[in-house]
Parts: sequence; C-alpha cells; structure tokens
Amino acid sequence: MPPSEHFAAPPNWEWWILGYFVLGGISGGSYAIATIIRIFGAPADQRISRLGYIVSFIALIPCPIFLTLDLGQPLRFWHMLVDTSEGALAFKYWSPMSLGAWALVIYGLFSFVSFLGALAEGGTRALSPFAGFVRGTLGSIWGAIGTFFGLFIASYTGVLLAVSNQAVWSDAGWVLGGLFLASGLTGSAALLLALLRWREVEAGTAVRLEMADRNFAILEAILVVLFVVSVGIAGTIGKVLGIWIVLWILVILGLLAPFAVSRSDAARRWPPVAAPVLSLLGLLALRALIIFGPQS
Amino acid sequence: MAIEARPVGFFTDTSICIGCKACEVACKEWNQLEGNPPSFTADSYDNTGQLDAQNWRHVQFVEMLPNADGTASTNGNGKGAGGAAVIPTPIAGGQAWLMMSDVCKHCQQASCLEVCPTNAIVRTEFDTVLIQQSVCNGCRDCISACPYGVIGFNEKTGTAQKCTLCYDRLQNGMQPACAKACPTESIKFGYLDDLQKGADQRLAALQKGGYTKANLYGRDTSVYGGLNAFFLLMDKPEVYNLPNAENAKLPSRNNLPGYLGGAVTAVAGLVGGILAFRSARMSGADRTPR
Ligand code: SF4
Ligand code: SF4
Repeated sequence: MPPSEHFAAPPNWEWWILGYFVLGGISGGSYAIATIIRIFGAPADQRISRLGYIVSFIALIPCPIFLTLDLGQPLRFWHMLVDTSEGALAFKYWSPMSLGAWALVIYGLFSFVSFLGALAEGGTRALSPFAGFVRGTLGSIWGAIGTFFGLFIASYTGVLLAVSNQAVWSDAGWVLGGLFLASGLTGSAALLLALLRWREVEAGTAVRLEMADRNFAILEAILVVLFVVSVGIAGTIGKVLGIWIVLWILVILGLLAPFAVSRSDAARRWPPVAAPVLSLLGLLALRALIIFGPQS
Repeated sequence: MAIEARPVGFFTDTSICIGCKACEVACKEWNQLEGNPPSFTADSYDNTGQLDAQNWRHVQFVEMLPNADGTASTNGNGKGAGGAAVIPTPIAGGQAWLMMSDVCKHCQQASCLEVCPTNAIVRTEFDTVLIQQSVCNGCRDCISACPYGVIGFNEKTGTAQKCTLCYDRLQNGMQPACAKACPTESIKFGYLDDLQKGADQRLAALQKGGYTKANLYGRDTSVYGGLNAFFLLMDKPEVYNLPNAENAKLPSRNNLPGYLGGAVTAVAGLVGGILAFRSARMSGADRTPR
C-alpha cells in the first residue's frame, strides 16, 4: 500500500486544546467510574462513586473556558450553538466539533446534578433533595445517561482530530476516539486512587479500583498498539517519533505503573501516589504527542 | 455586465504561467491583505511560501536544478508522503522548472465547509466557497480539514481567511482581480462549463504537441466531486503539492469508524470497570453504609 499523502496546514491547536483534552478525558472517565460503582458496586465503595462525581464536575469546569480561550474570537463562542447567519441552531452531526459543543452542554447538566447529589450525600444539608434523587432508580438512570455523554466527551476529541486531513490524525481515524476514551478511564482511575490516599476507605475498595485501573490500562495498551500500527501502515509514524519518544516513554511508564504496583515488591515501596501520578503523566503525554507531533 | 448566479470558477493553465506573481499582487491589493513580512529563502524564486490568511494566491515554483556531481536538487516543493520531496519529471538537461498559481479550489465537496461548526463557511450563489467573516469564531477546524493547506488564521481579525473568488467583485459584475491581472491568461475566470470546454481543447492541443504528462486536475469529479478552480498541470499532482485522486479524501470518512471505535472501547471499558467492582457486591463482603 503506498503511503498516504497530506498537504494540509496545521490548525495550531496547542495548550488550551491539550488542557481541554486532558480534563475532558478525566471528567468523562471519572463520571463513568462513579456510575459503574453507583450501579454495580458494593455499599463500601460508594465513597469513590461520590468522589468520582465531584472530580468529574471539577475537571469539567475549565473545559468550556479553555475552548473559548482557544478561539480567535472568544466572544463568538456561542456561534458553536447558534447559526448567526440563518438565525437557527448550529447543529451538524457530521462535524465532531459541532456535536461536541452540544454534548458538552448536555453533559455539563448531568455532571452538575450528579455533583450536587454527591455533595448532598456527603452531608451538605442545603442540597439534601439531590441526595434522594441520585440514590434511587432515577439516579441510576440519570447516571447511565450522563455516562453516555461523559464517555462521548472523553472520546469525541479523538474523532475530532481524525475528521480532518492531517497526517497521523486522519490516518488513525478509527483508533483515536477509543484511545482517548481508554486513556481517560485509566487516568481517571489513577486520579481517584491518588485522592483515596487522603480518605478513609475500606482496603478492598482501593484494591477494586486498582483492578479497574489495570483493566483500563490493558484496553489502552491495545489501542496504543493499534494506533502505532495504523500510522505505521500509513507511512506517517515519523511525525510522532523523534523528540516525541520522550513522551512515548511516559506513556509506556504510565501504562506499566498499575501493574508494577501489584506485581513488584520494589514498586510497592514507592510513595502511594507514585503510580497514579505516572498514569496521569502518561495520559498527558499521550495527548500531547498526538496533538503536537503531527502539527510540528 | 452582471455575472449570472450560476457556477463560476478559475481555470489555471500552468503551462503558460511565467511566475510573474501579478496575481498575488492584484489579490493583495483588492482584498487589502498586508502580506507576511518578506523572507529571503535563497534557494527558490518562491518567497511567498504558502497559501495562508495573507496569501490567497501563491505562485508555486517547483524547481529542480542539476548539481555539478550529476545529482539534482529540488527546492522542496512537491512534498509527498511524510514530507519526502516528490521529484518532478526532468525536462531539458535534468532540469525542471514548473510554476503554478495556487488558490482555493472551491471544491464541490469542500472539506472545510463539511467540518465548520458555526456554518460560517457557505456556498454562494456563484457555487463558490466563502468564509463569512462575521460568523467565523476562529476555531480553525477548517484549517485542519482543507486538504490543500489553503486556509490561514488571521491573528488580527481572529478569523480564518482564504480566497473569496472575489465575491464582492462578482456581485458587482467584475471578474476576480487575479484573473484580470494575469498577463498571460494563465488564470482564466468564467462560467464553469465554458472553462471546462476550453480546458479540454487546451489539453488536447498540448498532448498533440507531445506533452504527454499534461493533465487536468479537478476538471472531472475524481477529486472532491470536481473543483471550481481547476488546473492544467504539466506533471503529476503530487509534484505541485496536490493530493492525487487516491488520496483526495473527505474528513467525514472518519466519522463512522471513529465513533464506532469509541463505542466498542466504551463497552469494553465499562465491562472492565464492572468486573472490578461487581465482585464485592456479589460477595457482599463490604457492608460500610453509604
Ligand atoms: S480548497 Fe480547501 S479551502 Fe478551498 S474549498 Fe476546498 S477545502 Fe475549502
Ligand atoms: S475557523 Fe471559522 S470558518 Fe473555520 S471552521 Fe471555525 S468557524 Fe468555520
């Protein structure tokens, strides 16, 4: 197969976009983990569920701000939702950026309500009506729908890159969405594990979260391999090698960290947050090399 | 004379381009483009560099000069896969010197228009592709999508900019500034069907004259459904930084596989999470209240 040709100019998406991709992944991933525990977890694990919903909303807050600051005309951020020339809503399901803007609005609502519910369950009296809501069946349904949108936010950013004519991004079109989602889950589990160090939880809870983290890391590793194979076949892998190898090392360390802690005696003596921090650095590095490499 | 509201375009015949850059100057003057600060490349007649927010026409020079040791050097134009230079077909004495006034192709299936989330990019009554400056919010998705590297981001206006095919002139019955200024009529403006007929005749004449590599790019529907600004090339498209038909793909090709990949991963991820947490609930091991 002849290598693919690309003559597109780079859009110069840089730090704000990196920030958004990282936080969007963590927000969506944390929400999904919180809901999994809410619906399938044991009573003892519900603390992490609450923590997940809180992390998810806090991570989400900067997202629209970052996206707006990245625009050339930040005051026209609302043009993403309203077609000012037609006076109608701007909605193009075939444009991931358009779809993502709407998904962000809807997910924002789900995340916010779940956040209030988590605060209420944690004892914030003024919010007590929310506690009842998030606990019942309705709360599970709310969480499930919110998870759909959360995972969409974690994933569509990869599709957004793929729906282009840029080298690497468009060459790995079918992998990037999944890769960002998987790495969002791995990073979120790692972040929650790091935060658990400051909370009192059953030992079993941390063990189960570590197990989830490893499952997510396996999924991410498979997708990393598929990504490398895709761009290798397309002949554009050179764009994410060279100096980017430094970031690849972080990605690999981040993927190995959850396993090192469970398998190696030396790693068990690491400070408790070392492995989660490595995983989070891996999440950051993966997005950085995929965003910056092809544009350089 | 009024220009009718039907498809118009450019036919750029590179075989008669002399690289004078009158089109670039006329475009900048009419559209009040300041231009980028001049740069001295020292190895090419091409000191414009690329199409961008300030250069809506770019006279591309594809140069290949023989070295003393018998090898040949190109100026790096015609970058193919992964940035490797595509070597033009040498003519007299191992040299090649091709010129082409590049511009927005006003694609029938326009990648930029496809992705623009604000609907700032529209198709006009003349079947051209226009970025409405009052609507664009500078997200730069169109830059990522345009397969020809046409669109640039203007830091001053905070918007994406490219050739408008002189929309304002068309509305006032005038042909685009570049076509008017071109001294050799390498750039021809007109109704698309007329231009296509003229291009077919020109190609036939060149091929009869022995220029067997001459070809029309964008005349038929093989790239992006046809280009309203199409070209007569003297070598293969890649030499001029143009994707060939095989590589001319729309961004939306990755929508379905991208979302499907995401969905499959989401299911796998959820299963991975459920497996980790379900066991405790099943065993009823932990009984700490919520
Ligand atoms: S050449 Fe690029 S900017 Fe021009 S219409 Fe086609 S995709 Fe859009
Ligand atoms: S930069 Fe402007 S024209 Fe380009 S996609 Fe964004 S809103 Fe549309």
